[in-house]
Amino acid sequence: MNLSMRWLKEFVPLDEMPIRDFTEAVTMSGCKVESWEKEGEEISNVVVGKVVSLEQHPDSDHLWITKTDVGSGEPLQIITGAQNLKVGDIVPVALHNSTLPGGKKIKRGKLRGLESDGMLCSLGELGLTKHDFPYAIEDGIFVLQEEGCRLGQPICEALGFDDMKVEFEITSNRPDCFSVIGLAREAAATFKKPLNLHTPAVKGGHGSCADLVKVSVEAPDLCPMYSARVVKNVRVKPSPRWMRERLRAMGVRPINNIVDITNYVMLEYGQPMHSFDYAMLTGHEIHVRRAAEGEAIRTLDGVDHKLTKDNLVIADAEKPVAVAGVMGGENSEITDGATTIVFESACFNGPSVRRTARSIGMRTDASALYEKGLDPNNCLPALDRACELVELLDAGDVTDGAVTDIHFTPECLRIRLDTDWINRFLDTSLSTDEMKAILSKLDCTFEGDDIVVPTFRPDLVHKADIAEEIARFYGYDKIPGTILSGGAQGKYTPRQKFESAVGTTMLALGASEIMTYSFISPKYYDKIRMPADSPLRKSVTISNPLGEDTSIMRTTALPSMLEALARNYNNRNEAACLYELAAVYLPTEEGKLPDERLRLICSMYGSDTDFFTAKGVAEDLLARLSVTGWDIAAFPDDPAYHPGRCAKLTIDGEELGVIGELHPKVMENYGMDCRAVSFTFDVDTMFRHAQLAKTYTPLPKFPAVSRDLALICLDITPVKVLELAIRAGAGNLLESVKLFDVYRGEQIEIGKKSVAFSVTLRDTDSTLTEERVAATMKKIIRELEKAGASLRL
Amino acid sequence: MIGWYRGDCAFVPFGDEGFFCFSARFEREEMDMKEQLEAIRKKAEQDLLGADDKKALEDLRIRYLGKKGELTAILKQMGSLSADERPVVGQLANQIRARIDEELTARASELREAETAHRLEREKLDVTLPGKHRELGHKHPLSIELDEIKEIFVGLGFDIVSGPEVEYDYYNFEALNMPKDHPARDTQDTFYISDNILLRTQTSPVQVRVMEKQKPPIRIISPGRVYRSDAVDATHSPLFNQIEGLVVDKGITFANLKGTLEVIIKRMYGEDSVVRFRPHHFPFTEPSAEVDVQCFNCHGEGCRLCKGEGWIEILGCGMVHPKVLSNCDIDPEVYSGFAFGMGLERLVMRKYSIDDMRLFYENDVRFLKQF
Repeated sequence: MNLSMRWLKEFVPLDEMPIRDFTEAVTMSGCKVESWEKEGEEISNVVVGKVVSLEQHPDSDHLWITKTDVGSGEPLQIITGAQNLKVGDIVPVALHNSTLPGGKKIKRGKLRGLESDGMLCSLGELGLTKHDFPYAIEDGIFVLQEEGCRLGQPICEALGFDDMKVEFEITSNRPDCFSVIGLAREAAATFKKPLNLHTPAVKGGHGSCADLVKVSVEAPDLCPMYSARVVKNVRVKPSPRWMRERLRAMGVRPINNIVDITNYVMLEYGQPMHSFDYAMLTGHEIHVRRAAEGEAIRTLDGVDHKLTKDNLVIADAEKPVAVAGVMGGENSEITDGATTIVFESACFNGPSVRRTARSIGMRTDASALYEKGLDPNNCLPALDRACELVELLDAGDVTDGAVTDIHFTPECLRIRLDTDWINRFLDTSLSTDEMKAILSKLDCTFEGDDIVVPTFRPDLVHKADIAEEIARFYGYDKIPGTILSGGAQGKYTPRQKFESAVGTTMLALGASEIMTYSFISPKYYDKIRMPADSPLRKSVTISNPLGEDTSIMRTTALPSMLEALARNYNNRNEAACLYELAAVYLPTEEGKLPDERLRLICSMYGSDTDFFTAKGVAEDLLARLSVTGWDIAAFPDDPAYHPGRCAKLTIDGEELGVIGELHPKVMENYGMDCRAVSFTFDVDTMFRHAQLAKTYTPLPKFPAVSRDLALICLDITPVKVLELAIRAGAGNLLESVKLFDVYRGEQIEIGKKSVAFSVTLRDTDSTLTEERVAATMKKIIRELEKAGASLRL
Repeated sequence: MIGWYRGDCAFVPFGDEGFFCFSARFEREEMDMKEQLEAIRKKAEQDLLGADDKKALEDLRIRYLGKKGELTAILKQMGSLSADERPVVGQLANQIRARIDEELTARASELREAETAHRLEREKLDVTLPGKHRELGHKHPLSIELDEIKEIFVGLGFDIVSGPEVEYDYYNFEALNMPKDHPARDTQDTFYISDNILLRTQTSPVQVRVMEKQKPPIRIISPGRVYRSDAVDATHSPLFNQIEGLVVDKGITFANLKGTLEVIIKRMYGEDSVVRFRPHHFPFTEPSAEVDVQCFNCHGEGCRLCKGEGWIEILGCGMVHPKVLSNCDIDPEVYSGFAFGMGLERLVMRKYSIDDMRLFYENDVRFLKQF
């Protein structure tokens, strides 16, 4: 919301308050100032001048030599290429060393050999348009027709192009502040100044309005108030300068007196106005009704709309002539031929206007106001103000009385002024009178203990709302800050600690943390070769996504991770090892929330990175988190991974996660010409199987015995099988079993491999004798033989 | 020269005098042994000088002091000496043995010293060569900041609570005093899944869920991802992180809200931060405020960082709206509370002068490694 300070000062005597003081104070009382700007601020050293002589340039057929009087000293010689000048014209003169909008600098110079001591300016060069000065021409020097300007006067002052424009951020609960009057009320309360409002007075005297038009509201739930007034003998012409100036400062383009009046009243009162061509209203009737299903209207901007019964329209006897609260129809637009017009000032249901504006894809200044919920009591004063302005501007002949159809009870809400509660709530100690003084400035009145809330403040409902008004004008900064009492203890839950341990361990293992979007494109499932019938393809889908790339909630963390890896690869980073604690969203029943599960995903590429790099990180992580007793098996079935280099981890029959090298085709899909490996674990499953409570085992008192075992087995036998055999054979004497060599090649039969383990045995209660060691090794070898391995001799 | 000896007596042929020179002969024997011992000592000293390594030293030790060594051999002849002479020669022999031993030890340690010195010299490094690296991971800057904030709140007695990101409209809006068609919904452009399920636009729904389950006193923060339909650019992201907090108890005042947040902001932004509370509107709090800190760059003068305002908005807050409390079955006549919320990305961007929000979600290691 823009505000003209000049307009504001018509209502509140702020005098010459420095702008910074004004903006600070209103910001602190609740109307936040975003920025401010003085009109014509970029213009300097441009003054009013008068052309005193004019002759053709001797060396040019289009340049003119002017002598221009700027009020002091000799007239200046200025060369111009404009053809619209004559002696005696009052013009803007950019003197030597002046600036114009856009940072343009003017200096003395020569044009075709003759000195030019500045420049005569056009409207455009001053940053103005024909809307601001309708009498001026666009293609030529701006010849002023303003009264009372002096030669040498700064041009912005002479043109009234020196208002201060303040831009506010108005919160959605304060539709009343989308108006000059609303902001004036706030300013008056902030600075404890009087608010000088004006009551419009219409002379009328041109027949009865009621004889000319009939109004009926047929959807009273969507239109609590409709009022209209007819103006005859309309005289369309430009508005006077004061009105154009104010509109411009508020960011609205002046058009003509009728349009400008509707805009002016909307800005001043916060009440949208509309005008119809009376001649175009069939039957001279106005019906406020729901549109028929499929009913069509072409709005003022030339766009055709098909309406539904959810849209409210203003119609004549036959057809809709406006989409209520949004935009008028082309069929009833005021054209040059219009002689009689109807002003509408109405109140429509906010949510209904909001829905309609959305459904027809059109948001206007009017609809933005209506959406917030307007005060029906504001309709008639605004309508009167419009008619008063018509008379003031001599824009037509106003008829007597307004035609209305009213469907609300103009009653004010009452809230008890609970001084004690408010003081307790805010930690203040204000008297009832002090509170009343603040509320009075906001146009609240009092009846006994009750506050009577004005109807333009529908946001004031509860005593907490009153407390806010008190706090705002008492000053948030005057309320002390006090520390909470009571000794609450904050703590992390075991699950939060666990997640934090996952993170710190991954960092220690060399993985950097990433964060990726939770939404992905359905195409990402193709990129990781997810089977067409995979249940994971069924994803929570956003009905109004920004684009396909962010249209579904991921059911797997892999594609987002691979995007990140690929980005690093494309940015020519030699290696990357990344992890994310990533939520996935698994759909449940229709109409129910999805199951949001946290996954740990870690992926990496770079030299020396292979399946076992990832497996090593995964094993270290699980060990650090005390997740033990998991099982691993080859898992050739996930098409995202290399079928021979992928494993599934399970724990107590539950899936814990997957480790694998990415399938070459997946790598190709991501444009990566290297290998990458990845593992994903379900955090909840890890957490449930983690031994969170640590236990202590005494350090051994008796020595351990180590034996190396060199074995021969089939090449296809997984090493895990041999390890399990050793474990079975050694029983509880086993301290550790470590693989230290796998060999195929010379001296080993084709189809077989040699595998070497180091086995460490220890008895916690005694020193192992040579006999027990030998007997245990024998058992181990027996188990190994059962598993198909024999000692390599 | 020595003939033989038997028992204590030596019989040494000496010209034709026979026994005549018995004692004189013995004097000569004694002289001989002393000379021999001296000679051994001299020789040993000589040899020691030439011994350059551990092995040579060990050989010398065996040669002179060993069971079959030269000194032992001499000592074996002691029997031929008289009872008077024996202790004299014995003492001398022991002295010499001790001396040789000493010198051997000294020489050994000399050699060790030399060897160590040589090794140290040989092992001299170019210490300016790079160190050997163990790759460490880097925490995401958003996590770093979030963890710090969590610590501050836990220290002030807050628990940390999370909740669903895909949420019911009820929890995200309605329970928070934003019924359907409420104009404030427009300021939070929402991604919808269906009519009543959406991607939460704030983490406040977690507060509602907590209030439904837990009766006051409540002190929680709820950090997490939130979603708004904003196109991606340098300062907008359709997904970002928020940290919201809630305190509900008997007698909680607006002054408590100010005091608590002032403490937190000073912890986050430094003890000398200047803070202001300015009225604002949120449908779920009343009174509501936005909190600004004075621009750390220009100290309130107005600069590019603060867009000329002198202040930087950092969070929104307010007293929990009585309707929100009633919606959660908490009696607003008995209890009151305050709530606040702040965005994590903007905070981190300001902290490190990061000018593009997209960097957080692009995850380039060159970016991540800086934290």
